[in-house]
Amino acid sequence: MNTAYGLAAIGLICLVTLAIGAFGLKLSRTTSDFYVAGRTVTPYRNASAIGGEYLSAASFLGIAGLVYTNGLDMLWFPVGYTVGYVVLLVLVAAPLRRSGAYTLPDFAEARLESTTIRRLCSVLVVGIGWLYLLPQLQGAGLALTSVTGAPSWVGGLVVAVVVVANVAAGGMRSITLVQAVQYWIKLTAIAAPAFVLLAVWFHDGAPGPASARDSGWVEPLGGLAGQGHPVYATYSLLLALALGTMGLPHVLVRFYTNPDGRAARRTTLTVVALLGAFYLFPPLYGVLGRVYLPELPVGVAADTLVLQLPGAMLPDHLGEVLSAVLAGGAFAAFLSTASGLTMSVAGVIDQDLLRRRLGRVTGGDFTVVQGFRIATVLGVVVPYAASRLIEPVGLATMVSLAFAVAASTFCPLLVLGSWWRGLSTVGAAAGLVVGGGLAASAVAATVLAGPIPGWPGALLGQPAAWSIPLAFATAVVVSLATPGRIPLHTARTMVRLHTPEDLVLDRD
Amino acid sequence: MSGSFHLPTAIVVAGAMVLVYALVRLVRHGRSGSRGFVSDVDHATHATLHTASLAARHLQDGLTPEGVGRAAKHLRQLLGAPAIAVTDAASLLAWDGVADHHAPHALEHATEVLRSGHTIVLGAGQVSCSDPDCPVRGAVIAPVVSADRVVAAIAAYGPNASAGLARATEEVAGWMATQAELAELGHQRTRTMEAELRALRAQISPHFIYNSLAAIASFVRTDPERARELLLEFADFTRYALRRGGAFTTLAEELRNVERYLVLEQARFGDRLTISLLIAPEVLPVTVPYLAIQPLVENAVRHGLATKEGGGHVRIVATDEGAEAGITIEDDGVGSDPQVIRAVLDGRADGDNVGLGNVDARLRQVYGDDFGLVVETAPGAGTKVSFRVPKYAPGVHPTT
Repeated sequence: MNTAYGLAAIGLICLVTLAIGAFGLKLSRTTSDFYVAGRTVTPYRNASAIGGEYLSAASFLGIAGLVYTNGLDMLWFPVGYTVGYVVLLVLVAAPLRRSGAYTLPDFAEARLESTTIRRLCSVLVVGIGWLYLLPQLQGAGLALTSVTGAPSWVGGLVVAVVVVANVAAGGMRSITLVQAVQYWIKLTAIAAPAFVLLAVWFHDGAPGPASARDSGWVEPLGGLAGQGHPVYATYSLLLALALGTMGLPHVLVRFYTNPDGRAARRTTLTVVALLGAFYLFPPLYGVLGRVYLPELPVGVAADTLVLQLPGAMLPDHLGEVLSAVLAGGAFAAFLSTASGLTMSVAGVIDQDLLRRRLGRVTGGDFTVVQGFRIATVLGVVVPYAASRLIEPVGLATMVSLAFAVAASTFCPLLVLGSWWRGLSTVGAAAGLVVGGGLAASAVAATVLAGPIPGWPGALLGQPAAWSIPLAFATAVVVSLATPGRIPLHTARTMVRLHTPEDLVLDRD
Repeated sequence: MSGSFHLPTAIVVAGAMVLVYALVRLVRHGRSGSRGFVSDVDHATHATLHTASLAARHLQDGLTPEGVGRAAKHLRQLLGAPAIAVTDAASLLAWDGVADHHAPHALEHATEVLRSGHTIVLGAGQVSCSDPDCPVRGAVIAPVVSADRVVAAIAAYGPNASAGLARATEEVAGWMATQAELAELGHQRTRTMEAELRALRAQISPHFIYNSLAAIASFVRTDPERARELLLEFADFTRYALRRGGAFTTLAEELRNVERYLVLEQARFGDRLTISLLIAPEVLPVTVPYLAIQPLVENAVRHGLATKEGGGHVRIVATDEGAEAGITIEDDGVGSDPQVIRAVLDGRADGDNVGLGNVDARLRQVYGDDFGLVVETAPGAGTKVSFRVPKYAPGVHPTT
């Protein structure tokens, strides 16, 4: 592969990201005519922004790698990543917007009127954010190694530095337009090469994957990521992805931009369509990889298949250009997702965990901006250090673990919080602690202890199927046992969450 | 060792850290507990004070059934009685302890106390039951007198009504009265703050009404269509400014009203007034105090134009700053002395800047002292007023 092209593409993406950060404000609407206030962010643009922030390394590189290695079952990954928004649409999009909450801890405080739960949620948001940042940084390392042969720590460091510089400098705050453009960059970067490669494939007479039938690659339930018990693993994964999306901190803050609950639902619907369009392409790379690259070179991770494929199919100039385009797209994915996550994590660290302590230590002798910068550095350094210490377990697998933790903690909180007036403060806290504790221990066991055989391995590798029901059950049972701790204004809050904004009624 | 993760090492390190933490806690606990240096009397005093403070926490809303219900356990501990009951004039607020079957009679026992306001002692004759093992054979009932009124009664039930129990019950009743008065004080403070907030609701300035109507009148003959449009804008503006209802609105609504205001001002000033708005669309749904921006814009227009030769420029900027929204109103007018502005913000002077102090006070009251107005000005250098609004604050909801 031509190093110069790849480096140019990655450098360009990093520079553009930094430039947008530096001049970001100018890009938000400048106008001197009246009635700017009427022009809220449209659901379509907001949906593009959510897509831009959501499509991460796992989507861009991970899925193709999984389909390539493990076959048909892996198609559940793109389905799961998308179906989460359907659940979000049906269950929480509108109530969440109407609650007026900006972050997940805000929702917990608005609904449960407890600062203890707020702090618990803050810790969970930081944990999930870090877990999700980890594969982004690892993926950046893989991509840069694949393109330039640089050691694996360089790519993650580049992303970490660009993100910190950007977020801490106050750029890329959460400008909807910028993130919306990111979606279209990613879609183009993955779709255009795919069409070229498909044309090559047709030109070659549309050959099928040679070794596929022998290895059971096209058989359903052939074994998820090499583990046993594929039926359990598949269902558990699907559950984690479907219910975890609503607990991702960087996705939820975007819903605040919608003017009302109705717009929140429209946005979610558009997100489903946009993600559906994107996810058509990664599996294509997996299949074409089977055809043209039956054996990966030694020492090359399957996650970099997308970057290897053009070179293998078109051993000339064009292949190198396509590889560079894909590398640039992948870096755009790392940067936008990592920026969004870092923003959310740093915001929560700053607001809920750091500000009061910093105030106590320095005697109030610090500015708000300084606090946020410290939080930003903290928000990136920890996952970067972890990404150096922990052996990579595969981008999509790592992301699905983050989903499992989110699904076991925030899904019960959001769903029960929006739809069940019997939820008590103690019940919600117990649900969060039990779900978070179980899922986090399973994640720790999977990541740290390496492959575990048999049922224990399957249960720990895909904890969602048992940790989510347990979290729900704990929240419900404890709530039923502590009816005295149901928040005082539950009825009023519920009215606010579920009545359309234009309905005239007394919400106070 | 290429950056790999060695599990046994990690476990040992983590274990060591937990151990060190536990040791530190233990040492600290040993110091603060330090029972060896405190006499039994002191210890008893501390225990009593601790119990009282636990009970006080639940009584901070006054003698409500929930609060008293939670405090009852601690009150019983203070009295050292097997069972206690707290009643107000109409009902039993809480029963804590053994022998629940006496609870229905508690109000009946307290009637006399609630009426007379004197402590009474009931013997086995009045509080007996058929259960031979029942520890309740007598009771002391003391009134809780707050502001010369018997607001509640506390009854201590036990095997016999000793003089010590009577004394303790009276003391606890007195302590409860203080708590009730404190709670009442708290309620009054809340009410005062609400009244203050109502009084603080920005008023639109009468000058603006006269001037607008005069400006509209000047168009009635020359350009009737424009006069009609302006009148409609004026109607919309006053409907918004004079509305009754919640104290909050969305930034979009508030800006829409600022725009109406500016249309009317432009009718009056014509080309002398130029305006630019730079609004990040992400912050339009943010909740802001109702009429928080319009008075600041009115100030800017007045200072940017009224006393200045030639035209003036007013700039309104709203930016997205993560969990907060930043709002800035800037004019290139005559500016003012920072000391004057400081006096206005402190509420010591009213001067020309009517809205400034009012908006500042409301912002601080709603969001806390970190979120007041920031004014940058100097004579001849224009004025820049900025403030931040958190995107979410508990209890703040827009009302339409």
